Amino acid sequence: MFPPIPNPDLKAATKFGEKDLIRRSASRVAEPAQKLTPMAKLIDVSKCIGCKACQSACLEWNDLREPVGFNDGTYNNPPDLTPTSLTVMKFTEWVNPETRNLEWLIRKDGCMHCADPGCLKACPAPGAIVQYSNGIVDFVHENCIGCGYCVKGCPFNIPRISKADSKAYKCTLCSDRVSVGQGPACAKACPTQAIVFGTKDEMKQWADGRIKDLKSRGYKNAGLYDPPGVGGTHVMYVLHHADQPEIYAGLPRDPRISPLVEIWKGVAKYAGLAVMGAFAVFGVLHHAVMGPNRVTREDESAAKQLTETQS
Amino acid sequence: MSADEMRADEAKPGESVHRGDPVVVDRYTAGARINHWITAACLILLAISGMALFHPSLFGLTALFGGGQATRAIHPWIGVVLFFSFSGLFLRFWRLNLWKGADTTWLARLNKVLGNRDHEDPDLVEIGKYNAGQKMVFWGMTLLILTLIGSGLVIWDEYFASYTTITQKRLAVLLHAGAAVAIICIWIVHVYAAIWVRGTISAMTKGQVTGGWAWRHHRKWLRELVTGGPRPAE
Repeated sequence: MFPPIPNPDLKAATKFGEKDLIRRSASRVAEPAQKLTPMAKLIDVSKCIGCKACQSACLEWNDLREPVGFNDGTYNNPPDLTPTSLTVMKFTEWVNPETRNLEWLIRKDGCMHCADPGCLKACPAPGAIVQYSNGIVDFVHENCIGCGYCVKGCPFNIPRISKADSKAYKCTLCSDRVSVGQGPACAKACPTQAIVFGTKDEMKQWADGRIKDLKSRGYKNAGLYDPPGVGGTHVMYVLHHADQPEIYAGLPRDPRISPLVEIWKGVAKYAGLAVMGAFAVFGVLHHAVMGPNRVTREDESAAKQLTETQS
Repeated sequence: MSADEMRADEAKPGESVHRGDPVVVDRYTAGARINHWITAACLILLAISGMALFHPSLFGLTALFGGGQATRAIHPWIGVVLFFSFSGLFLRFWRLNLWKGADTTWLARLNKVLGNRDHEDPDLVEIGKYNAGQKMVFWGMTLLILTLIGSGLVIWDEYFASYTTITQKRLAVLLHAGAAVAIICIWIVHVYAAIWVRGTISAMTKGQVTGGWAWRHHRKWLRELVTGGPRPAE
């Protein structure tokens, strides 16, 4: 088993700061002098029993309360992510066409902490979304303006805008816990160690072992979900059917930042400002060269003559 | 009817010719001017607040609206005001902006107009209340405001987030930004033309222009006002 994360010596720990940022929304940041080790959470779907301990732990640690909702006839509760439920279990009853067996596919949904985050790219508010050098993508709520651009930027449909304060919410990968050397609350609470946390390298090694085990038990397509379209993620899945991630409650096969968002946040910005600037410059130059278009004395007398001949 | 008001009873509302030196021509009613300036104020506020969210280097403009949250909240509402205000202008002016054969001639000889040589060309002299450039500004604004209000509603997440898919929102946000750039360019043309062609701005501040201005730039319109309309004698 992967050893449980021990409680660290809190005296030695320091919080993440500006020096640890590698990306900051609508801003430029200097390359950090010292980079943190890339961290990752690994969710082994094949080991998940759907107990929702992670969901409860998330609510507890972040002091969130999900309002009482309605049962939609499935085990999903709440049915989707909300501003207060930063992670939810998505239960899929899947009949394997080869074995005709019913398989429970239980995926913990939440922010994937992309290496190339679409939310951060789309965000117009300086410093509302930051990425630390260990890979954690975090929302800084005092800077959030609630525009919902992050929702449009995200390839995984994760951020949710709160009706209460009009700010965006998503999983923080417990950045407050990680910054003092602890693992995320969900990983700590998981009774089967389906959720483990460590450096990204360790997590990949751990996943390799799990994938070998799954393959030896007949899951020939078992694999690691670490999609390269977003530069890899700092939340990864071990899937028994990695060849078809869609069956896990619509996990995207090849997520990447939408080309519409890339154009909007890329060429459109520079081209837009350039075109507007060109129009203004044309006006100034035209006036400088041609001078004003003035009414002449002859025009005035012609008008006078016209009015008088008609009376 | 006073002696210096010519054909005021036959002219369209807000349009009449006052004899004198110089001749003064009424071009816009007070209602049309108020309507225009409400629209203008909204468009400027929308451009500033929108650009603040368009490019990071302009985010500081949000301070004018009380911060980022306030800018995000107020921008769509200004858009709603502009939509209704512009609708008023549209109803007032659409008929006069219908495209005519002469407008195509005007457009084909745009280089003469811009080169201040239009007054040498007899085809470019007899212009009605609006020239082709003004008409293009009018129809451009109309189309772009429809695009902006439509795409704006799709991305107005505070009220309408649940009505569209994320892909539709992505398309809307790109369309919204593109239309905004285009409308700001048209606005620059509109403002520049008003400055370049001296004597124009008083049409929107006082509602009046001089007879010489009307003779030089909208001679057909002036003739119609003086003779009492384009209708042939019945």
